[in-house]
Amino acid sequence: MNARFHLYHYASPATFYPLAGKLIPVFAALAVVFGLAGLYLGLLVAPTDFQQGEGYRIIFIHVPASWMSMFIYLVMAFWAAIGLAFNTRLSGMMATALAPTGALMAFLSLWTGALWGKPMWGAWWVWDARLTSELILLFLYIGFIALQSAIDDPRRADKAGGVLLLVGVVNVPVIYFSVKWWNTLHQGASVSLTQSPSMATTMLWGMLLMALCFWMYSIAVALMRVRTILLERERHTEWVKEMLAGETK
Amino acid sequence: MKTRHKRLALIGGALVILGVIAALVLNALNSNIALFISPTEVAAGKAPKEKVFRIGGLVKQGSLARQADGVTVSFVVTDNEKDLTVNYKGILPDLFKEGKGVVAQGKLAGDGLFVANEVLAKHDENYMPPEAAKAVGDAHARATAAKQAGSASATGPAKPAGAN
Repeated sequence: MNARFHLYHYASPATFYPLAGKLIPVFAALAVVFGLAGLYLGLLVAPTDFQQGEGYRIIFIHVPASWMSMFIYLVMAFWAAIGLAFNTRLSGMMATALAPTGALMAFLSLWTGALWGKPMWGAWWVWDARLTSELILLFLYIGFIALQSAIDDPRRADKAGGVLLLVGVVNVPVIYFSVKWWNTLHQGASVSLTQSPSMATTMLWGMLLMALCFWMYSIAVALMRVRTILLERERHTEWVKEMLAGETK
Repeated sequence: MKTRHKRLALIGGALVILGVIAALVLNALNSNIALFISPTEVAAGKAPKEKVFRIGGLVKQGSLARQADGVTVSFVVTDNEKDLTVNYKGILPDLFKEGKGVVAQGKLAGDGLFVANEVLAKHDENYMPPEAAKAVGDAHARATAAKQAGSASATGPAKPAGAN
């Protein structure tokens, strides 16, 4: 049975729960390692910027947080689409588990950006296309969390939240391309898939290591959250009862 | 077609329609989303009259000057086609520099002068240590110097020929 349903094997909550438990320490350890390496490179090795001085070091938090905020939303929308189309239990829980981390990342991105914007641009906040669309992303996260907690039946909450996630997904390319499409105060991308990065190498490595750290952190935290949600939603099922009985023995 | 494939196609179709709607709306709002307009657009009369708006461009080299009253600074914003002189009373941001990007918010005065009440620095996406920036600048200066020398030597022999 296990061999035949290899791909779908871990889509079942009963098998996913112990797997997630085994993966959490791995991702948590990787997050610490990448984080220490990234902070070391970013704060101690990377040179001062020619224009912004030390202030540019915000990029070691701001850029990874912004990337994660957009990427987590895409992953949530992916799970929402899977959940709506295939009616799978786990996908809705994945989206729910990722939402607080996504909201945190969007908030971090806006907050660090504001702290940096005051001395560099001369303003905490500007209604520029990049900033505004990122703020909308934060509202989408908060809206998703609020909508889900307003509905008691978790399956219906997943469906309603999933529709909201899919509607909001148009915002992500708007955030990403806003600096290209319109005149904005926010500068263009320094790192992209199509061009060589316009950054000094150590700065770039520091930033990429921090991005990896944020990835690992997000995965570890989301897995921890999804395990809790699993137990809560499946508490009446046999596998949870058996597992709990096994633990208390 | 199974139900779940139908649902997947439905979701895909809905997303495509949503994308088209968003693209049309954003396109219609284009002029409102842009944070600033360029001096060329101001010269073409696209600036709102009697209303606050933002202009953006580069601060022209050598144009930054403090006026006699000691608090007003004036500089020229250029998009390398048209220029616009800006007057501003206040503190300029750290990244404000000649040759760098700037966004100023204010109104057009009668004589084509832009009176700003807020000046923001817009910087580029390049991050490098000062030594690297200096090396790039030096290389650029050498290249322009070589170009000028080249064009001078090219026109040099032609001039005496013309004079003769």
